[in-house]
Amino acid sequence: MYIAQDLGKPGAVGIVFFFVFVVVAIGVAYWAARRTRTTEQFYAAGHSITGVQNGFALAGDYMSAASFLGIAGLVALFGFDGLIYSIGFLVGWPIVLFLIAEPLRNLGKYTFTDVVAFRLRQRPVRIAAGIGTLCVVIFYLIAQMVGAGALIDLMFGIDYSVAVVIVGVVMTSMLLLGGMIATTWVQIIKAVLLLGGALVIAVWTLSEFGLNPLDLFDDAAGRAEAGEEVLGPGDQIVKNAPDAISLGLALMFGTAGLPHILMRFYTVPDTAAARASVTLATILIGFFYLMTFILGFGAMALVGQGTITDVEEAGNMAAPLLAQELGGDVFLGFIAAVAFATILAVVAGLTLAGAAALSHDLWTNTVRGGEAPEREQLRVARIATIILGAAAIGLGIAMKGQNVAFMVGLAFAIAASANFPALVMSIYWRRFTTAGAVTSILLGAISAVVLIYLSPTFQEDVLGNEDAPFGLGNPAIISMPLAFLGGIVASLLTRETDAERKFLEAERQIHLGAAVTPAPERTPAALPAER
Amino acid sequence: MADERSTAGSPSTDGPGAVSREILEHEPELEELMRRRFKVGAVLTAVMLVVYFGFILMIAFAKGSLDKLLTDGLSWGMVIGVFVILATWAVTFIYVRWANRDYEPEVQRLRRG
Repeated sequence: MYIAQDLGKPGAVGIVFFFVFVVVAIGVAYWAARRTRTTEQFYAAGHSITGVQNGFALAGDYMSAASFLGIAGLVALFGFDGLIYSIGFLVGWPIVLFLIAEPLRNLGKYTFTDVVAFRLRQRPVRIAAGIGTLCVVIFYLIAQMVGAGALIDLMFGIDYSVAVVIVGVVMTSMLLLGGMIATTWVQIIKAVLLLGGALVIAVWTLSEFGLNPLDLFDDAAGRAEAGEEVLGPGDQIVKNAPDAISLGLALMFGTAGLPHILMRFYTVPDTAAARASVTLATILIGFFYLMTFILGFGAMALVGQGTITDVEEAGNMAAPLLAQELGGDVFLGFIAAVAFATILAVVAGLTLAGAAALSHDLWTNTVRGGEAPEREQLRVARIATIILGAAAIGLGIAMKGQNVAFMVGLAFAIAASANFPALVMSIYWRRFTTAGAVTSILLGAISAVVLIYLSPTFQEDVLGNEDAPFGLGNPAIISMPLAFLGGIVASLLTRETDAERKFLEAERQIHLGAAVTPAPERTPAALPAER
Repeated sequence: MADERSTAGSPSTDGPGAVSREILEHEPELEELMRRRFKVGAVLTAVMLVVYFGFILMIAFAKGSLDKLLTDGLSWGMVIGVFVILATWAVTFIYVRWANRDYEPEVQRLRRG
């Protein structure tokens, strides 16, 4: 029906959908601009987002193009193995709910660093946690930009560098105008489009098999190169037990350390809304991954593995090709535009989290000792957004053709090692000290980066070396316990009575909210202990 | 430990950490609430760890049994995978139910004083 060159290329219809979404995003940003006058509105949407809205936005933040295109592609090529990733991405959410979301909402202001620094000495903790945040954000951002450029190049025929510039410029203007309010609404629109699009493809696919998923799986396995093997675990993703556990740790605890996800909890008015939003996000993301499983097997059965790898080696085009097979160019155009919307929204969320670390943590609370006037804070926030937007474009172009998988792995590993241990200990352990926090964050970040550098993912896939000094694809099994250990040892070696005294205040604020303790500011600006 | 904590938070402290008297009267109840919340969170986190790492370890060590087909088009691995997703939803619902029924009313009561 289609000649090979046109496979996966939506043509004019796709370009129209693509520009419609750009116009909608800018329109939303323009509307949000009138509501973005303070830093609280810029970073936290003025705490005006409801639990349901934030649930969709969290799901939107999390369902990146990597999940949609990447996991559907993995399933299409390797079957069951793709499920390992999607389940790993889901199981982190209850951890966020049980341990992090509510305390974070009540204790912080704009960033998770607010929580870590709450009882501790501001300057050292903010510098360390700011570095931890920026590491995660930059690596995640590069992965998204490189993926975005390649995808848009492939689907719309727009040159890679031009595509990266378009994404960067649209995203930056959207943030400058509407900050968190615009980002949230673009996330919500995108989440609805993505879930709706995936649902339509899934149901359409199943209807070809009498709505019986088992018939689909059986038919797909019959056409797969590996045959029935695709229904069970292979050796594509998990090679040995330590590798499996290490990847599992990074996926499970990485989510609870992703700055752009954590930041979303400040957009809701209270802990009940925070709780409701994680619950909804967990349900939506679970459904989404169940659907990608159907999509992957659907592509395996209806498109065929040979065709998928002919169009793109890594299998990323499996879902769009399935859409084209089912609904022709119009449906493909819609799905391609949804994939673009996905990238745009995720990149915006990441950039905003990075900008908050730069301006709120590093400028306002470190350089200016927490005393910067509102106007200055907002101006610095916008300058930080421009810097990060430019960095995203520059790095996206510079890293063209890089293996993005290792950067996503790195982002999750650093999040699980640098951010998560410090965050948990600061909330739940009274004896946690400034020295402990700084040690934990830096040890986690450095060990994760060094081990990834030494891993086969980097040495073999990126540098092309024969052998890697460190055998595991993911460092979390070593770097995460190391971060906990470092934090505990350094805390026990030092004593910080002020931090212990303030644990009680933190505890009260975590449970009862800041409203009951009117006297202290939420983020104590300059403590007496600070020089 | 409890003694140490109540002295640490005594109203005589001043500065940003100062606390008002009304709130201090609820201290033991607040501590109890905090312990309960931590316990529920820790237990459910442990359940999630067991379920997920059980799945991961089966993939690592018992590939053969996950490969087995129950019927055409359905392997044990897929059944267990879907079970992990359902279990994730289940623990989430258990927590939210506890939080809405037990935790939240207690918080509201303490807030009202």
